[in-house]
Amino acid sequence: MSHHTNSQGAETHDYIAGFYIGDRPKVVTSRFEYEDSHTLERFLATDGYEGLKKCLTMSPQEMHDEVRNSTVLGRGGAGFPAGVKWGFTPQGVWPRYLVVNGDESEPGTYKDRLLMERDPHQLIEGCLIACYAAGLSQCFLYVRGEMAVAQERIAAALNDAYAAGYIGKNILGTDFSVDIVLHWGAGAYVVGEETALIESLEGERGMPRLKPPFFPAAVGLYGKPTIVNNVETLANLPFVAINGSAAYTAIGTPTSPGTRMVAVSGHVKRPGVYEIVNGSTTFRDIIYGDEFSQGIRDGNDIKAFVPGGGSAPWFVEDQLDIPFEGKEASAAGSMLGSGAIMVMDATTDIPAAAYTLTKFYAHESCGKCTPCREGGTWLMRMLERVIAGHGTDADLDQMREVGQTICPGDMPHASSERLGLEAVPFPYKMTTICFVGPSAWAPLHSALTLFPEEFEARVTKVPKRVSIPVTALSGADA
Amino acid sequence: MTDVPTEVAEEPAIEEISEPEPDPNAVQVTLNGSAVTAQKGDLVIAVAEGNGAAVPHFCYHPRMSSVGMCRQCLVEVDTGRGMQLQPSCMITVSPDMKIDTESPTAKRAQEGMIELLLANHPLDCPVCDKGGECPLQDQSYAVGPGESRYVEEKRHYEKPIPISDLVLLDRERCILCDRCTRFADEVAGDKLIVFTERGNNTQVMTFPDEPFASYFSGNTVQICPVGALTAEPYRFKARPWDLEQQESTCTTCSVGCRTVVQSSRDELLRYQGVDSDPVNHGWLCDRGRFNFEAVNSEHRLTQPMIRTEAGLIEASWSGAMASASGLIRETLANGGPARIAILGGARGSNEDAFAWGQLADAIDTPYRDAQLGDGLPGELLGLNRATIDEAANASTIVLLGPDLKEELPVLYLRLRDAAEKKRSKIIEFSATDTGLSRYAWKSVRHEPGNQTDAVESAIADADIAAQLASGDVVIVAGRPNLAESSDATVAALQAMLNAAPGAKVLPALRRGNVVGALSLGMAPTGPVGDRGDAIDALTAAAEGKIDLLILVGADPLSDCPDTDLARRALAGARRIISIDTHPSESTKLADVVLAAAAYGEKSGTTTNLEGRVTTLAQKVTVVGTARPDWMIAVELGMSLGDNSFGADHPLADVASVNDVTDAISATAPLFAMVTRQALAGDPNGVMSAQPTALLPAVSVAVAGRNSYDYRLVVNRKLYDGAIGTAMSRSLVNLAPGAAAHVHPLDLDGIGVTEGTEVKLISAKATAVLPVVGNNNVPRGVVWAPFNQPGTGSIEDIIDATAANTDVRIERI
Amino acid sequence: MSRLSDHNVAIAKEIIGHYPKQKSALIPLVHLSQEQNGYVTKDAMRHIAELVNVTPAEVLGTASFYEMFKFEPVGKYVVNVCTTLSCALLGAGELLHHAEEKLGVKAGGTTADGLITLEPAECQAACTEAPCLQVNYRHKYRVTHDDFDQMVDDLRSGKLESEIPAHGTLGMQRQHIPDDKGVGAVHPDDVVGGPVWIPVAVEPDTEGASK
Repeated sequence: MSHHTNSQGAETHDYIAGFYIGDRPKVVTSRFEYEDSHTLERFLATDGYEGLKKCLTMSPQEMHDEVRNSTVLGRGGAGFPAGVKWGFTPQGVWPRYLVVNGDESEPGTYKDRLLMERDPHQLIEGCLIACYAAGLSQCFLYVRGEMAVAQERIAAALNDAYAAGYIGKNILGTDFSVDIVLHWGAGAYVVGEETALIESLEGERGMPRLKPPFFPAAVGLYGKPTIVNNVETLANLPFVAINGSAAYTAIGTPTSPGTRMVAVSGHVKRPGVYEIVNGSTTFRDIIYGDEFSQGIRDGNDIKAFVPGGGSAPWFVEDQLDIPFEGKEASAAGSMLGSGAIMVMDATTDIPAAAYTLTKFYAHESCGKCTPCREGGTWLMRMLERVIAGHGTDADLDQMREVGQTICPGDMPHASSERLGLEAVPFPYKMTTICFVGPSAWAPLHSALTLFPEEFEARVTKVPKRVSIPVTALSGADA
Repeated sequence: MTDVPTEVAEEPAIEEISEPEPDPNAVQVTLNGSAVTAQKGDLVIAVAEGNGAAVPHFCYHPRMSSVGMCRQCLVEVDTGRGMQLQPSCMITVSPDMKIDTESPTAKRAQEGMIELLLANHPLDCPVCDKGGECPLQDQSYAVGPGESRYVEEKRHYEKPIPISDLVLLDRERCILCDRCTRFADEVAGDKLIVFTERGNNTQVMTFPDEPFASYFSGNTVQICPVGALTAEPYRFKARPWDLEQQESTCTTCSVGCRTVVQSSRDELLRYQGVDSDPVNHGWLCDRGRFNFEAVNSEHRLTQPMIRTEAGLIEASWSGAMASASGLIRETLANGGPARIAILGGARGSNEDAFAWGQLADAIDTPYRDAQLGDGLPGELLGLNRATIDEAANASTIVLLGPDLKEELPVLYLRLRDAAEKKRSKIIEFSATDTGLSRYAWKSVRHEPGNQTDAVESAIADADIAAQLASGDVVIVAGRPNLAESSDATVAALQAMLNAAPGAKVLPALRRGNVVGALSLGMAPTGPVGDRGDAIDALTAAAEGKIDLLILVGADPLSDCPDTDLARRALAGARRIISIDTHPSESTKLADVVLAAAAYGEKSGTTTNLEGRVTTLAQKVTVVGTARPDWMIAVELGMSLGDNSFGADHPLADVASVNDVTDAISATAPLFAMVTRQALAGDPNGVMSAQPTALLPAVSVAVAGRNSYDYRLVVNRKLYDGAIGTAMSRSLVNLAPGAAAHVHPLDLDGIGVTEGTEVKLISAKATAVLPVVGNNNVPRGVVWAPFNQPGTGSIEDIIDATAANTDVRIERI
Repeated sequence: MSRLSDHNVAIAKEIIGHYPKQKSALIPLVHLSQEQNGYVTKDAMRHIAELVNVTPAEVLGTASFYEMFKFEPVGKYVVNVCTTLSCALLGAGELLHHAEEKLGVKAGGTTADGLITLEPAECQAACTEAPCLQVNYRHKYRVTHDDFDQMVDDLRSGKLESEIPAHGTLGMQRQHIPDDKGVGAVHPDDVVGGPVWIPVAVEPDTEGASK
């Protein structure tokens, strides 16, 4: 950790645990260099709540327009523009709620926790701007259960902000009044899915609801219109409010404006979280660039990487020059998801790596949909046997059969020059309500497709069983 | 069988419509290539199944909300964006939708889902009660893969575990469809079984030591699509393919739920609910579902008996009938018709009641009653009567009666649903908390007996007045308290009708065919003050003014609230004839006992509380030589000399129960529409017409009580000492037992702890009962369940003629 | 006897008051009971059922869905070693094995002195700091075997008492909304009309309510 003294005389850092600051545009990490970035004092000394003040001089419609024009894309995984999402609430139906999704749990993802721990007031300010613009009368800030430090930082920030009049009744003397309630989970990945998050917030088991009819914007918390936004999404709003949408869209590309928080982990020299310029930075920049992860450890070759969190189909060396941009990633067979890159070098045991992810999603199945509940665990069991050397080639076939039941039709995957494979674009079709089920299959499918030899080397070949169709039997009877 | 075919009544076309208007709710869709007309809001699965395209499914149930959990019903649907796999239980039709339930993609998905559902299923079908009627088995056969490719170890759980006295759970067989848990939550409101754990470890469980003690638990067994839930009374009793069945109607209470009665080797083995749209929606209460055990009871009366010097001894039918006929003729000759009383008839069929009513007419007795002083005056049936559907869709439901959850359980389900779905607001007047209190918009507590004042002040409330004026009102009226005069309720009902003159009334009288019996000749016929009702008859008997008391499936000692009166009446009556299925305290005192055919042993018709007439099926042979009540009455009617049925009497030459049914429609004006042909045409039954009457004028003076007195409330629990419960092995232990319940804070005032025996002293007598602290009982009130097993009898201290019963509670 | 203490009932009531519907407080209250008792007891579940007006079965149904709730006693410190991909790539398997050796228990077990429960865990959102673990949901980054041994020694000697509260306590600060500052939660059925700062005539665009 290196220390500096900045122009304001405060001690600053260019690295804090997990995060490298760098000399790039900062939308959400402008205070990360300060040791005391989570305090109200530091926040106010660095333009804190100025966005809220500016927002309150505008009409709700003007603020909403500003967010829509900025095209802040949702950072939870789906990448849908926040300003458009807010507009989906039905006319004249009240109350409407804001639910903040701070249940960050996607394997490889590590950015909302930093935003909550390092700059809770920025998130609170973003919540207030959203509530003002979209007419949301109460806000629930749902923080992942296992994030004790984030919970206490947010609790302290909320208490300070209430005391100072930034939250609650008649905020800053206006008629804008909103409560923000800190809520915390108890350990269930699936609750990161927005309808499961709402179920959980209602005190229920975190099992997703089917959309339709349960689109949260129309039928959400307590059956009322509800906006569910990710932490990072909301953390962008103070910047937009202060600087305007034009300043925001000046960063990044037209389809992916602003910046993104990206966590790079695995076999890289400098794993860490980086705020990158959205849309234009390539995977090669992020994995090999000097200001980012600086290449593969020990000078090894890269074997594969997960481009967008554990759910995402894998990329290989062939995809390094794709920019960090949603449409391009989809065309190449995967997704950007939650901004998490996990890098595997040439030494990686691919079936074992895939196993950690299949196991994760099998373990995190809520149990609602049959394909996920039964299929995920079945995939995991078969993979266990294959890795232990007890598998057969029939197991590999059966994995694909179970995979077909979870994700019927063509499964997305990356192209591979080595194997002569064309890419199948994202997304997949699915027989489940949410993506947890497909996520148990997606990494395994990538591994099987891009590295078939690693599986075939471990299984014994057995003669195919011949099955007699039931219809033939009953026909004989008849 | 599990999913009993859903018969949803089509509204009959009232008149020819000359030019059909285009239906604004019609939606045109394409189903498997054919054009189909659906209704707006219809689920795709319902449209498909309604048009002959079977869609395999497990979690979907038409009477519960869709959850899209099992994913078995995936079909391909195109709403303009190309064919997509969708769960057909979650998608409603939209114009020009294309639905393909049989495409290769849909078939592959359905096959894959079955494979996954079977992965952890134990396949212990040979020893599973569900085998042969199992949706999982059937659908595996229809759409499943031909072989099992799952070689991993299956999930293991302890099997089976009892989750209540009646239901066992085998979690290994469970496919986690959420039907039972959804039923407990949405339909019964008893959230005592839930999913616990997560993912592959998800299971259905109760809270430790808190069983699934729901009055409706048996329904979960019926709707379970596998053998995970089994009913203790049926386990290992039969294979489904050995069961024979007939559709019938439950007569345990007057709701009249449609059932199928199933037997094997001439023994009743199971009742299942049938989905009757206007009545029970497929549900049954556990008492109605499981009391077939009483029919099979070894204690049944199988032969007639005659009292001799050696006591009651078995007799031939000819001998017993000669004795009975002789007693009637002798009494008519010596004392006249006013010295004969006939009580009962509400537990049988319309045919039974009609025949006994005709016999009562022939005898010309002034004393006859199908109620035993535990109901309301028969004029109740002459008020503008509501149907169950009208009640369950009314803007306002006013409750002026007993706890429906305890007395008419499936009506409780229907009204609870009305409140939960926000169709109706319930205004309840009650002395204690009831099952519907928590769903009521207003639940008004009143001093027992003082409901009229409570109604008067409620209708003076602006909110309540506005609510009553806002739409249709249905008043559910019955006897809320057996320890107070029915006048209190009659007056309150009149006050409510004055405030809401357009209101309809649904009678909440309890016994299975009480409405049929009262409508077909077993209602007292005398004027007010000299009615000849059960209390008048028993009082006359107690005073030695009755020479012959005829009890038709009635036991005054457990049916009449005033046991002391009943006891004195049975002692005072010179002779007693009892027609019954099981021995009771009354049969023990009888001079002639005629063994009666029980439910399932006789066919006919029954009338529910709405006046709906439905069929009863004979499924098994009558036990011993027992005979149906109607046959006994007809034979007696032909043997009374001058009082005999004449040659042109409608029952003069009946040979079968069908003849009696025909005689009813031919001669009973209210039942003119109720022909056998009409009944055969509609399993939901035929509505009888209703008489017109006004409530009798009553004056209610609620006496004040001493500050140290408690006012007594007595009413029924679902499980009590009645024959159907007491003679059913699986139900007998569910009766809560005799006790006096007071508010926990009143325990301190009495100076006792819970469970201690106390003396309850009324103006009339003293009873000794254990005392229980109960938060549902207001201060100053003592509540006791009626007709319960155990030491001590609250019925001893009830005075049938008093407005209220006040008691002093003393430590012993 | 492990119902909520009077002190915690007061906290529970404040938490319940934050929500438009009381069942929403269920998970926070189960946390509160776990903070009091170290695990979730049957009596506590019954008590919570009373407080939020549901059945005990509903409390169990919800609580047992979530992994952080323990229904049997666990150690004062619960050590979760992450085993998901990023950590697995950088030695999580070896770290977990080492932890088992050091503590003398298999993963899932509790040390004989009842101090430490060891669990394998899924991703803890510290993937760049692999291999990582949590002690009572507080992170330790890039944990070497020596680091692990030192941490265990420190836990045993009490050196980390102030830094890491006993199992059950999460954030060491709680949100408190002062009565004079809060807007207050309103049951959704009782909300009439939109918020005052939204002009009635010009409410925000609704572009796709039916989507």
